[in-house]
Amino acid sequence: MEALLEPIQFQFFQRALLASVLAGVVCAVVGSYVVLKGLAFIGDAVAHAAFPGVVVAFMVGGPYVIGGGIAAFLTAISIGWVSRRAHLRVDTAIGVVFAGTFALGILLYSMIEGFVGDLFGFLVGNVLAIGAADLVGLLILGAIVLAVVAVLWKELLYATFDPLGAAASGLPVAGLEYLFLGLVALTIVISLQAVGIILVVAMLVTPAATAQLLTVRFARLVMVATVIGASTAVVGLYLSYWFDVASGATIVLVQTSVFVVTLALGPNSGFLGRRRPAETGGAPAS
Amino acid sequence: MIESHTEPVHEHDAMHIRAHSDVWLSGVTAGYADRAAIENVDLAVESGTLLAVVGPNGAGKSTLLKVMAGLLPAWRGRVEVLGAAPGREARRIAYVPQAETVDWAFPVTVADVVMMGRYPALGPLRRPGRLDRRLVDEALEQVGMADHRRTQIGRLSGGQRRRVFLARALAAEPALYLLDEPVTGIDATTQEDLMDILETESRRGRTVVATTHDLACAAQRFQRVAAINRRVIADGPASIILDPDVLARTYGGHLLVLGDQTVVIDDAHHHDQPVEGEIHYHDQ
Repeated sequence: MEALLEPIQFQFFQRALLASVLAGVVCAVVGSYVVLKGLAFIGDAVAHAAFPGVVVAFMVGGPYVIGGGIAAFLTAISIGWVSRRAHLRVDTAIGVVFAGTFALGILLYSMIEGFVGDLFGFLVGNVLAIGAADLVGLLILGAIVLAVVAVLWKELLYATFDPLGAAASGLPVAGLEYLFLGLVALTIVISLQAVGIILVVAMLVTPAATAQLLTVRFARLVMVATVIGASTAVVGLYLSYWFDVASGATIVLVQTSVFVVTLALGPNSGFLGRRRPAETGGAPAS
Repeated sequence: MIESHTEPVHEHDAMHIRAHSDVWLSGVTAGYADRAAIENVDLAVESGTLLAVVGPNGAGKSTLLKVMAGLLPAWRGRVEVLGAAPGREARRIAYVPQAETVDWAFPVTVADVVMMGRYPALGPLRRPGRLDRRLVDEALEQVGMADHRRTQIGRLSGGQRRRVFLARALAAEPALYLLDEPVTGIDATTQEDLMDILETESRRGRTVVATTHDLACAAQRFQRVAAINRRVIADGPASIILDPDVLARTYGGHLLVLGDQTVVIDDAHHHDQPVEGEIHYHDQ
């Protein structure tokens, strides 16, 4: 009990806890769609593309959320545009964009005199250093993302499951696609400081992937993913505090452990579970 | 008996046909990238018609349906669907894609999928209400899937999957059904059941346009048939598809004559739009 209460009296820990849980929840909700759309790679690319934006923001002394946000958003939209007129395979286009933008970030970073710890923090996460003003900004962005998903969850679900059927019945599927890529960009910006550019894709994908092992209904999948995202953020942050290790990496490793344990013991896939191979889809019964 | 639309149509008749049609296409060419899948298609489908679109692989059946659904633009020609430009009356249209295009591992149950038919009418923010749940229940009852409402769709047989997607269309209460291969690869009982439902819908004044590979089904269960092979070869009462001349012109090289029996060589699993990494040779 003592061990649980001790760190929480520090303001920096309270802020870190809030920021981590926020990232965990927003990533889990948006990640549920990302996993079903097969967009994990796009999420990773958008995260890396945020780096040059963050560096430029640092160089001109502006807020990193704006710099990273603009870069991530532009990348997300351009990937969406390329994939809609695919003369290239989408993963090829993403590979090009992803490596190119990240290289630009590294180049700009190397141009700054001396070692810039703040910026290195964006690569691997440094949630303990989050400022009060930044945190307020992240909370507002998080509220926006969750509100948009709350309003459009049905439409996003239909467009994800059956884009042709949804478009034919009048849903603006192309518009929803761009909107969703925008949400992915915002989600990544929200999570940058908590887990860092390199690991944010894990926050996006792992809780939703774990939830997919446990349920066959979308609404429940989102709820389970959210609970996993929030609780692993808390557990990971405490562990990193107690053992004095990197917080972002610890949160991600806790999520990975939960996934592995679920895979091993889960009701559908696990060694101990009842053998019902068709439960989560897979092979058709016919 | 065969009304060929290549024959000149009187101006006054043409206006009359257009006004009474739920789907009206005139000189339509459309396709993907730089390849036209259908060329110069004329077709008028009156309200309450049960129409089968038949033709060999690569004939452009799915393309034609997508143009009607407003999913693909016509490169040339004019299209009117439910009296407006395609896509404008989308909420009165239920489109069911080919079974192969659906991710069956998706975490949704039978009832979830059928409820999606109600989403466009609900609009954002509003949650499904009593009316929506009643329509979903009725649709599930109609297709005989009420006992499977909580089943994840990947656990269903091929026939059950088609039943569920037809239920989604029914729940939307559309004026026009556009169904891509609704009775392909399913057992005879399911085929009969689904055709009974479509027949009922057409008798209620709803228009049904379905592509099919099953010529026997087209001849026996549909009211009208349009035989296409990039162009409309023939268009008329369902019996036209039994005409050897129409068959020969529609299926060309896909026909095999064994004694006095004609066999159509065709594979049932087909996409007009080639799947990545898969090569289809359709064109002679």
